[in-house]
Amino acid sequence: MKYLLMIYENEKAFESLPEADVQRVMGEYATFTEALHSSGNFVAGEELEPTTAATTVRIRDGKRLTTDGPFAETREQLGGFFLVEARDLDEAIGIASRIPSARHGSIEVRPVREFTPPEA
Amino acid sequence: MTDPAAILERVHREDYGRLVATLIRALDGDFSAAEEVVQEAFTAALTQWPREGVPREPAAWLMRAARNKAVDRARRASRLGTRVGELEVVARIEQALAPIPDGAGWQSVPDDSLRLLFTCCHPALSSESQVALALRCLCGLTTEEIARAFLVSPATLAQRLVRAQRKIRTARIPYVVPEPEALAERTEGVLHTLYLVFSEGYAATDGPALLRVDLCEEALRLARLARSLLPRDAEVASLHALMLLHHARRRARVAADGGLVLLDRQDRTLWDREQLAEGLAELEAALAMGARGGYTVQAAIAALHAQAPRAEDTDWAQIASLYERLCVLTPGPVVALNHAAAVAMARGPAQGLALVDDLEASGRLADYHLLPAARADLLRRLGRVAEAAAAYRRALALVRTAPERRFLEERLRELGAG
Repeated sequence: MKYLLMIYENEKAFESLPEADVQRVMGEYATFTEALHSSGNFVAGEELEPTTAATTVRIRDGKRLTTDGPFAETREQLGGFFLVEARDLDEAIGIASRIPSARHGSIEVRPVREFTPPEA
Repeated sequence: MTDPAAILERVHREDYGRLVATLIRALDGDFSAAEEVVQEAFTAALTQWPREGVPREPAAWLMRAARNKAVDRARRASRLGTRVGELEVVARIEQALAPIPDGAGWQSVPDDSLRLLFTCCHPALSSESQVALALRCLCGLTTEEIARAFLVSPATLAQRLVRAQRKIRTARIPYVVPEPEALAERTEGVLHTLYLVFSEGYAATDGPALLRVDLCEEALRLARLARSLLPRDAEVASLHALMLLHHARRRARVAADGGLVLLDRQDRTLWDREQLAEGLAELEAALAMGARGGYTVQAAIAALHAQAPRAEDTDWAQIASLYERLCVLTPGPVVALNHAAAVAMARGPAQGLALVDDLEASGRLADYHLLPAARADLLRRLGRVAEAAAAYRRALALVRTAPERRFLEERLRELGAG
């Protein structure tokens, strides 16, 4: 079963980190991602540009509305994600707890909906 | 003596949880299907037993009946064209429930109940859902009974249960006892849920009744179950001891008119001696296993009260020092208030009042009626009558249960007369 692990962090705090700390965190992420590959749980994973690069799009009354910024202003912002294959929620929670950002931000664990293929 | 209805009721009370727990495993984690087939089995017993006599092994009979209903269900579903083949499902059910001879082989395997307890108390579920699920699946309480106990509408509670069961399914919360490295963390959650159920029963936060004995009893049952399933866990033993030592005082705690009787005014002959002895033994066992946690300290405090033949024999000095430890282990304003009360008993009301004043100044218990109530009591003992009356009035403005209101009104009246 697939789970999306969404990494929420205060991006302002992250941006103000000294260069050495940024390097350390990047190193931790590299190690974590490697471990995820070798355990066979890795499906996908990316880091996102900060919300200053975000654009929100909606269609209302048939008209497209495009606005600057994320959909909601929150204290923590979506900064990246992993898509993993896990046996059950407990395994997914175990993986999420090893994501380096879990120590200061938070990780939302969401099961990916499974659609049963139509009968032959 | 073999009244089928009475026997059925007893089996329901004692074995419902175990039956559901086993069926959930057989039905691959489908909580609602498991509940349905177990309920169908009980319904069948209700009509068959009076006619054909009560079976020699009532629980084993129900287990077989539930298993047959589960197989029927699987057959029906496969005819309706579900993907999973009938044979496969039937094989799984049969394998899961393999040893059901006439005897009660399945009863000797407690794993299913333990699995169910851990699943119901999974931290991915809200704490209200955990409590509701545990009472529903393990104790067999109806939705209406649980709703009444927690003063929510049956519709709200039903929705809560449906949501929790849906989350178990869609997020795939596993139906397992956690791995050893996660066990301690998860046991803590289970114990906290049981503690919440018990506390709600012991000191209802709202409503006409002060105690909900039924809730306390269900919590005790679950704690007893956890205790038998995790015999080497010191914290489980501590919580079990704590519940027993408090529950043993239930008859003395409520007056004939439903009013609250505080510890110092309780008729100690009404205490349940047998339950107190069991609680003390459990505390001993916990301490022998090295228990030092919050439940242990609370149980030790309850034990000191239990061991005092009269209120004036209470070892307040030791209780005060235990509360001091509790303030470190599980800091919180309510613990701090209890500490102040114990200090007042051990070292005089003036010292207790100083602690209560600190607490009041911190503003952490602004809406809690027991803070002004405690203050009032200490002021009364210091002879500061007018201030005491004012504090009782403030407590009355905040109190939420009817018996506690009557208790405070009475203290206020006594003050006027004296």
